[in-house]
Amino acid sequence: MTAMVKAEGVHKSFGPVEVLKGIDLEVKSGEVFCLIGPSGSGKSTFLRCINHLEKINAGRLYVDGELVGYRQKGDKLYELKDSEVALKRRDIGMVFQRFNLFPHMTAVENVMEAPVQVKGVNKGQARQRALELLDRVGLADKAGSYPSQLSGGQQQRVAIARALAMDPKLMLFDEPTSALDPELVGDVLDVMRDLAESGMTMIVVTHEMGFAREVGDSLVFMDGGVVVESGHPREVLTNPQHERTKSFLSKVL
Amino acid sequence: MTVDIDKTAADTPPSGPEAIKAIPVRHYGRYVSAVVALALLGGVVYAFSQGRINWDAIPDYFFDDRILDGVGKTLLLTVLSMAIGIIGGILLAVMRLSKNPVTSSIAWFYIWFFRGTPVLVQLIVWFNLGLVFEYINLGPFYKDEWSDFMTPFLTALLGLGLNEAAYMAEICRAGLLSVDEGQTEASHALGMSHTKTLRRIVIPQAMRVIVPPTGNEVINMLKTTSLVSVVQYPELLRAAQDIGQTSGAPAEMLFLAAAWYLLLTSVFSIGQYYLERYYARGSSRSLPATPFQKIKANVLSLSSRSKPTGGKA
Repeated sequence: MTAMVKAEGVHKSFGPVEVLKGIDLEVKSGEVFCLIGPSGSGKSTFLRCINHLEKINAGRLYVDGELVGYRQKGDKLYELKDSEVALKRRDIGMVFQRFNLFPHMTAVENVMEAPVQVKGVNKGQARQRALELLDRVGLADKAGSYPSQLSGGQQQRVAIARALAMDPKLMLFDEPTSALDPELVGDVLDVMRDLAESGMTMIVVTHEMGFAREVGDSLVFMDGGVVVESGHPREVLTNPQHERTKSFLSKVL
Repeated sequence: MTVDIDKTAADTPPSGPEAIKAIPVRHYGRYVSAVVALALLGGVVYAFSQGRINWDAIPDYFFDDRILDGVGKTLLLTVLSMAIGIIGGILLAVMRLSKNPVTSSIAWFYIWFFRGTPVLVQLIVWFNLGLVFEYINLGPFYKDEWSDFMTPFLTALLGLGLNEAAYMAEICRAGLLSVDEGQTEASHALGMSHTKTLRRIVIPQAMRVIVPPTGNEVINMLKTTSLVSVVQYPELLRAAQDIGQTSGAPAEMLFLAAAWYLLLTSVFSIGQYYLERYYARGSSRSLPATPFQKIKANVLSLSSRSKPTGGKA
């Protein structure tokens, strides 16, 4: 298996605050990679660096073998143009904690938007595919609803369908269930489980330890901008080696 | 036991507990204020009925060719200067929000200048620029004498449009800033460009914030066009004044002009209502009903209400 994402000494600062202090990790193609850790540990920031929503300050970050945000010629780095960054983002789907659906479009229009506007797919085909995707996340009957008419869990499932419509090779999930009522979490996790079984490469920032244990192939515990511990989810969660991991898990499990 | 329960169930209405019947509080202050207000209104109406007003002159001239021509010019000026204002406003708002310090400072300066000076002064300045410029010279494209170039119409259009752009810029900026940053992020994450994000995602949502104040601006603009009578442009007010001087009914002609302005602003207000309704889609769970739908609903509820009462009677 090849590496879908590779991080080498990734640093990120917001002004004087250093959020990522040298992250090294590798996400293999086809695996479900879970990032856990306390809030402020830098896991969401790292996720946002992967599709260049945040610029890294030092280190190297590769997606599918290509440098994120830069082009290397000799030993010089050149910043990519906005259009080149956009081109790379097509292949990376992202799901946000707060859904960020487009409120002025219906569910099916949300899913159609990027294929039509970015890839130039004709509207009929895009709608057909959007309806299939909505069916896949169990919302075929909500195609004509606006986001404000949907529950949080339904909105998040539309958001997953929206990301899938671009046929990404990598999906990023930024705490996808943290803003949901406990009752609605299960529906979203079911959709993610199906997606994992279909072989999608997924990086999931989550507090759902049950999901990480059952579905995850690798797990990384981050704290204070560094990777504290990594390994197979079942091992890390049941038999943590590091003191910090132990105290974190004792609070959340 | 069971018999008792049946009895009470039959006696009390099935709709639940008995409704409260209480004597409402009397608001004597309301009666007094209503009487005072009516008396004042009656006084005003009486005063006007006693004035030497030739009411017949108003319908006589209401559809006079000169008045209709003035109405047309007023509308043309309103539409064109609002178009300049909106396009200029969007441009200035984008400049103001851009990361380039030069463009954002220039936009800031423009807004500062045009908002800080009265529009009447601006109009008169445009009108009198001929005193300082003899020719207009746009290099190879256009060259003419200033007085031929700067007609009263162009003076009025530039004066109103450029001033409006400053106000529209602030309205547009507020609208663009009102859209959640997560929307831009989600759009970028899907691979959409800056321009597409702005056009497809941000602006449609900003419109909900931009449209209501813009409607006010249109109505304001319609009224402000009356100022351009000072730069010799024959719009509605000027036409009414001209007729007033020749027909010997100057006050009546001003009433006529006021009636026309009122009519036009009312029509614009209706248009604004429907436009706001269009951009509200998705933001509220159900759209507010149009007046037509309200009437329809009222008629339906009346007919359904009258049926059971009619049956009882």
